Amino acid sequence: MSAKQRIIEKIRAARGKQAEPSAPVRAAVERYLAQHPEGPRPRSDWDALARFRERATALSSTVDVIPSVEGVPAAVAGYLKAQQLSLEAVIWPAFKALDWSRGGVAVEARQARGDDLVGITGAFCAVAETGTLMLISGAFTPAAVSLLPETHIAVVPVSRIVKGMEEAWSLLRAECAAMPRAVNFVSGPSRTADIEQTINLGAHGPYRVHIILTASD
Amino acid sequence: MQVRSMHFKAAASQKLADRRLQDALRKTQGKFVAGRAQAILELENFDEIRDAARRIRDRVLEHLDLYLEQFERNATARGAVVHWAENAEEANRIICDIARVHGVKKAAKSKSMVSEECALNDALEAAGVQVVETDLGEYILQLANEPPSHIVAPVVHKSKDEISDLFERHHQRARKESVPDLCREAREVLRPHFLSADMGISGANFIVAETGSTLIVTNEGNGRLCTTMPRVHVAITGIEKVVPTLEDVTTLLRLLPRSATGQSITNYVSVTTGVRAPGEEDGPEHFHIVLVDNGRSRLLGTDFQAMLRCIRCGACMNHCPVYQTIGGHAYGWVYPGPMGSILTPSYVGIENALDLPNASTLCNQCGVVCPVKIPLPELQRKLREKQVERRLRPWTERLALRLWAYAAAQPEIYSLGARLAARMLRRMGGSERLIHRLPPGASGWTQGRDMPAPEGKTFHELYRQRSAGR
Ligand code: SF4
Repeated sequence: MSAKQRIIEKIRAARGKQAEPSAPVRAAVERYLAQHPEGPRPRSDWDALARFRERATALSSTVDVIPSVEGVPAAVAGYLKAQQLSLEAVIWPAFKALDWSRGGVAVEARQARGDDLVGITGAFCAVAETGTLMLISGAFTPAAVSLLPETHIAVVPVSRIVKGMEEAWSLLRAECAAMPRAVNFVSGPSRTADIEQTINLGAHGPYRVHIILTASD
Repeated sequence: MQVRSMHFKAAASQKLADRRLQDALRKTQGKFVAGRAQAILELENFDEIRDAARRIRDRVLEHLDLYLEQFERNATARGAVVHWAENAEEANRIICDIARVHGVKKAAKSKSMVSEECALNDALEAAGVQVVETDLGEYILQLANEPPSHIVAPVVHKSKDEISDLFERHHQRARKESVPDLCREAREVLRPHFLSADMGISGANFIVAETGSTLIVTNEGNGRLCTTMPRVHVAITGIEKVVPTLEDVTTLLRLLPRSATGQSITNYVSVTTGVRAPGEEDGPEHFHIVLVDNGRSRLLGTDFQAMLRCIRCGACMNHCPVYQTIGGHAYGWVYPGPMGSILTPSYVGIENALDLPNASTLCNQCGVVCPVKIPLPELQRKLREKQVERRLRPWTERLALRLWAYAAAQPEIYSLGARLAARMLRRMGGSERLIHRLPPGASGWTQGRDMPAPEGKTFHELYRQRSAGR
């Protein structure tokens, strides 16, 4: 008998069930998974954009709203210069077509390396309730770009701000055939409070997260 | 990890006398408590969400077999390999085999309490694999060669100075004094390990039956690195961690970080499903998930089943007056505080952890804050009952209780005894009305404080006196 069989058998014996669960019990479990009902939600009578800004800022992200995606190179350059950060960045392929010459930021569309300083990504959507970005991995959305560099800049259309995580899952089910390999919810720069419970921004991931919201898609 | 819970009393006295530890505990005390209190105010329906969370966990435990099978089916369909381990040795063997098959020389590890249960690091090192803990707290402990003392803040017992010393000694760099400098140094030292490790090891806060995913909540980003960069990813977790759906996970996530650290959400919530897809440039090529029983299934169908609802937030220990006074190490195994006082005897045998269920005032602070409403004091009381049933209490205690039971059933003897005791204690109190030292058997009570002496009359006497005067 395999370890799996032994464990399953122990579980069934402990619960006083017969060796095999009945067909209706199985069906009930499968039905529950298929229906995936929502739990109770906290109050959400706020405006999604305002809430997102407020929560994201509270979690130490910075937020900028610009009219359209064409303005991204200038907005990125403005931010990096104001913060006195490197003007070299690794970007997701989706942003390759933008006119980067305008802001003076040198970009490369590739996978991130351990010594890259700035990473620019999009996001699948953003969650207003908690001020969170949702990123999914894929051929054109490499996960490490939001993780290895010290500065992470994320570009998200305002129209992709959803109310809560429940709406984010619904969007994912509607738009992706299967779960992406990695779904990462990002809420501000990496941090640790392991030393004397003192919060320190910047642990193994980015030291800063800057979110550029584009008003029109 | 070796079980040292039988030495609880001695360890606790030692910890009480440990200045450094007491300073460290005092410094951090209250931070978690205040943080949680603030964070739960954001949810006006906090209690409704707790009830929902409790139902989710109960639903899983009711059909644990079926949800685990669903999880395995969906994880396997995405290219993950699911392993089952009945105990720690099996889990270690499975993971050492995986390391061997893939020619692993170095593993980067993010925090996992189940791996502590199994002493996985020792097993891997013995098999020739270098293991690097990458959670800052766990990394510090690895340098110090100590076990964690808290399930969320593993190094809460150490001061910044001690950490500066450790880093200076191990990194051979100029001594860093500030928290940001220490954190940066750890980042610089660990970054190359993430990039060169062949294997990433993580735990899982939840595994999702609906999608076959594993999920970790982290703040530092090391968990993401461990599950993204190395070519092999191993997730090790307990069989009870399964949750039916993504919506159910969402409900639990509204409670877990708030109860743990007072955060409304952790910096990262990372859900990983299957292996690197065609065309993807990062992510592991091999994904192994090890489901560990190690005593969990034994709790099903017993008085202690509710304990399996635990989502490992640590709120119970943050609010426990005993834990806050002695720290986590005294409990002698992986899980300290109120949750540990149930889990340790349940997993390693009630006879191997006799003091733990008694190391509680039953004040129910833990029961009040537990996000999934586990009645911790009630379970502690049940364990005490079991100790008595199995005649595991010392003979002196059993004799004393037998005598008391006899006397309590005989009103004359009882009131005579009470009268004598009250008079004697009064005499001992002297003019100060304070007893500095109780006789052997009860002397522990007066070790650190005085006992106020009774007035000399028993309750019965006073009652009779007052009703006569009416
Ligand atoms: S017993 Fe409750 S309070 Fe304690 S760690 Fe588990 S879930 Fe948290």
